[in-house]
Amino acid sequence: MKQPGRILLGLFCLLVAVWLIAPTIVVVPMSFNDKKSLAFPPSGFSWQWYRNFFTNPEWSASLVSSLKVAVVTAVFATVIGTLAAFGLDRMKSRVSGVLRALLITPMVVPGVVLAVGIYAVYLDTQLVGTMTGFVMAHTMLAVPFVIIAVSASLEVFDKRLETAAASLGATQLTAFRTVTLPLIAPGILSGLLFAFVTSFDEIIVALFITSPYLKTLPVQIFSSITRDADPTVAAVGTLLFIATSLVIGAGLLIGSRQGKR
Amino acid sequence: MERADGGQLGPLPVAASATGSRDTGPAAAADDRWRWFRGQAFWLVAPALLLLVVCLGLPLAIVTLRSFSEPQWGWQNYVWFFGTPVNLTVLQRTFAISAWVTLVCVIAGYPYAYVMTVVGPKMRLVLILCVLVPFWVSGVVRTLAWVILLQDSGVINSVIRSLGLGPVKLIRTQTGVVIGMAQVLLPFMILPLYSVMKAIDLRLLQAARSLGASPARAFAQVYLPLSLPGVYAGAIIVFILALGFYITPALLGGPRSTMLSTLIQNQVLSLLNWGRGGAMGVVLLIATFILLALAAPLSRQPHKTGSRRQ
Repeated sequence: MKQPGRILLGLFCLLVAVWLIAPTIVVVPMSFNDKKSLAFPPSGFSWQWYRNFFTNPEWSASLVSSLKVAVVTAVFATVIGTLAAFGLDRMKSRVSGVLRALLITPMVVPGVVLAVGIYAVYLDTQLVGTMTGFVMAHTMLAVPFVIIAVSASLEVFDKRLETAAASLGATQLTAFRTVTLPLIAPGILSGLLFAFVTSFDEIIVALFITSPYLKTLPVQIFSSITRDADPTVAAVGTLLFIATSLVIGAGLLIGSRQGKR
Repeated sequence: MERADGGQLGPLPVAASATGSRDTGPAAAADDRWRWFRGQAFWLVAPALLLLVVCLGLPLAIVTLRSFSEPQWGWQNYVWFFGTPVNLTVLQRTFAISAWVTLVCVIAGYPYAYVMTVVGPKMRLVLILCVLVPFWVSGVVRTLAWVILLQDSGVINSVIRSLGLGPVKLIRTQTGVVIGMAQVLLPFMILPLYSVMKAIDLRLLQAARSLGASPARAFAQVYLPLSLPGVYAGAIIVFILALGFYITPALLGGPRSTMLSTLIQNQVLSLLNWGRGGAMGVVLLIATFILLALAAPLSRQPHKTGSRRQ
């Protein structure tokens, strides 16, 4: 009686797992398509879509502007979010509860409503299609992720360590730099990564505030999908997948090494 | 939060008194500094708040303002919205699709999260990776993959055909939109479910069984109630995110599966009608916040009972 139930449960999970990873798996072979079509499975092998991605100025320009926006956003969001997480941690819990809920609202506001509003503000202030505009909007969207990541590591951080450092004669700044910062560094780092990914992958606001002069990669992908069946998109997807896998793999490796020590 | 503070500061006076009065001097000085720092706490949060006001508060205020002021002052845009059958159909459809997506996520995520808690560590890593892998590929690219999978000559249809069944229309239908959206949102269901289920003591189930409960009854009366906070938390996140979905319905859906976000975008970017687009946005925004407000007590409940138990 128990065995068939278990097999059924296992099969169900397998099905869900396939459903979860199917889109990722499909993208990889599509990127080696020999024809300009999105029929699956592809009929032959070629590298042309990768070549196209790196040589077509439209694609490479969008990659460069996406990287620029994401790097600057990640730095700003990490600084602002880390400061806020410290502030919230040091406040009376009732005040910090309200502020925390407020600061996290960007995560639940429907994307298009926010995008329409930002577009309206940017039209009036000439920020449409500018680096400043992109960075401001993306930083606002990324700060909640940094606050959550840093708060999580502050919650397990033993504040008595700071008191101990102070009692041993360390100034507040020294105590922060030599005790607090190294201990919460993993939280800050994961916040930084989240912020980078949030900006790099953001599309809805980007679609509204983009201009022919400043297009981010997701916008370029979206317009390519809606325009024609171009497997370059699949090549981009595969490259992003490999890049993320490498970063996460390195993170896991470092994490497990630290764990062993 | 309060509990965490209490737990961390609790042992401090004991430690101080145990090591003697010599240490109270510096400790008291540190406390003073602490208090000074608390006063500064607001200034640490200020940059984030300023950014929030400029990039979130101001835009939403303008959207709301324009919904009343364009083309002239009044309720006209809301009268138009609720007086036009097409809009009401889309509003209802937006809620229906979100509800379907949430239901699919609960049905698929619940057993999956449960299995994650009972398998060995290696298998668990594989299952967690399967949940996280979707995040590794850009959201837009993932939607493109669904277009490939769901199209009439796509993978799913060729599997169905090889089983001897007729082709099923998936792309540009509501079913296709639900399949694609649920895949994107499933991780948001599985992760909170898993974190709640991980904490459930499985010996409780054995205890129920030893007291004569059938497996089904033990599940329904012991496991299910304990796992419900995870279901609520996941379902709320999924439903709210689904309400505002734009890219997936736009690419996978057809004219008969348009959601509210697409209508808003259309009003503002194509028709340049800020008033009507704004009114739709305010409706979507209010629906989201009402849901959040309704959900807040549901997700807070386990904490309360938790602290009472302590």
